Amino acid sequence: MRTLLFLLLGLFSLAHAELIRVFAASDLQFALREIASLYMKKYPEDKVELVLGSSGKGYAQVRAGAPFHIYFSANMKYVEELYKEGHIITKPKPYAIGRIVVWTRKDSPLDPSKFPEVLLDPKVRRIAIANWEHAPYGQAAKEALEAYGVFDRVRNKFVLGENISQTASFVYSGAADIGIIALSLALAPELQAKGKYWLIPEDKHERLEQGYGITKEGGKVKNARRFYDFIGSPEARRIFVKYGFVLPGEER
Amino acid sequence: MADINPVPIWLTVKLSIWTTILLLIIGVPLSYYLAYTKSKLGLVIEALATLPLVLPPTVLGFYLLLLLSKNGIIGSVWYRLFDYQLVFHFEGIVIASVIYSLPMMVHPLTSGFRSVPRNIIEASWTLGKSKIETLFRVILPNMKASVLTGIVLSFAHTIGEFGVVLMVGGNIEGQTRVVSIAIYDAVEAIDYKTAHVYAGLLFVASFISLAMLYAINRRWSL
Repeated sequence: MRTLLFLLLGLFSLAHAELIRVFAASDLQFALREIASLYMKKYPEDKVELVLGSSGKGYAQVRAGAPFHIYFSANMKYVEELYKEGHIITKPKPYAIGRIVVWTRKDSPLDPSKFPEVLLDPKVRRIAIANWEHAPYGQAAKEALEAYGVFDRVRNKFVLGENISQTASFVYSGAADIGIIALSLALAPELQAKGKYWLIPEDKHERLEQGYGITKEGGKVKNARRFYDFIGSPEARRIFVKYGFVLPGEER
Repeated sequence: MADINPVPIWLTVKLSIWTTILLLIIGVPLSYYLAYTKSKLGLVIEALATLPLVLPPTVLGFYLLLLLSKNGIIGSVWYRLFDYQLVFHFEGIVIASVIYSLPMMVHPLTSGFRSVPRNIIEASWTLGKSKIETLFRVILPNMKASVLTGIVLSFAHTIGEFGVVLMVGGNIEGQTRVVSIAIYDAVEAIDYKTAHVYAGLLFVASFISLAMLYAINRRWSL
């Protein structure tokens, strides 16, 4: 069966010699996709493949030996943990600092800048936030709601996204009335065209310092290192900034 | 522009074909036993074989994850033999799908076996045909509709599988990202165009499967 699989998959793999499989926190959905396509234009012999999900899920999968070569977390802590346990072989390195926003559709009567009072509006039936158990953006959203003293008052309205991208999808589709999502998603063309947002002040939640590293599996892939380094290049940094990320070492 | 990738489509078809073939190999002897056994054990096995139909996919997925992972009973043996894990790999989701779709094969086959008149089976035996010969030359040809129903249902059920694959497979392109998971991905990415194309594909495939099923039943039921 394995041989047959190889023969069949061989047809696909011939086209790309080196495959770099990346797990990324889903707030990177748009930014990293753009960076990856820029990278592949520069190095057509490589193919970067993204698997997106919550940082916690990626952490669990990397620990379980999933075949990811580079792991991008929305929270440094997960990378540090994996490094300590030997699942990540490069020193945990920050690549961006994330921000959270209150987001709603343009056709909604709600005004996100009236945060946090807007959440108490009776028109708000469902508030989308990411699951804070394993999604760092959910954790930040929870902290902000607590800082404003409304967490317990709106708790029964929550609909929890498995990761921040699903959370955004809940509000985008109209299934939830309003939500707290990553700025990097709010700035993506699709969401920007359809929605309005308000930036939650940075001091209302713990800093979303995001980090990444090459996994043990990735150590066997020669060009994983090249993509890893590309993340720190001026071109890649420009894309991160475009999606609202603050860069490490450039904090205001 | 929809971002349609042929890999998940191909993978889904491959998964369904493998699952159906393996289920035929497992399902025929299993259903034969279930249809004719008088032992109490038969009841237990029949209940077990139907379980995947009513179990939430997440329950199945959870147990399979434990079973197939590097430290699991099946997974550890596989890992030692082949030096890679069953979870996150195509072979892992094939095993998961076989269990998930088991009732789709065993049910039609068991009722098929039960519907074949006892006297023609016994006639075949008295005429000196062995049990195996009787199975392939008398019983199975007499329950063609049930066999085809089992094949179509197993195939169709596997095409749409989602929860188990996501839990055991972990959404890896070229290995475990089947169409149902690609739809999930596309919806999350707010890429509704891609989701529409994939979802439409599964819709049509499921519809054709069912239409085929009814055609089979109409042709052979009398």
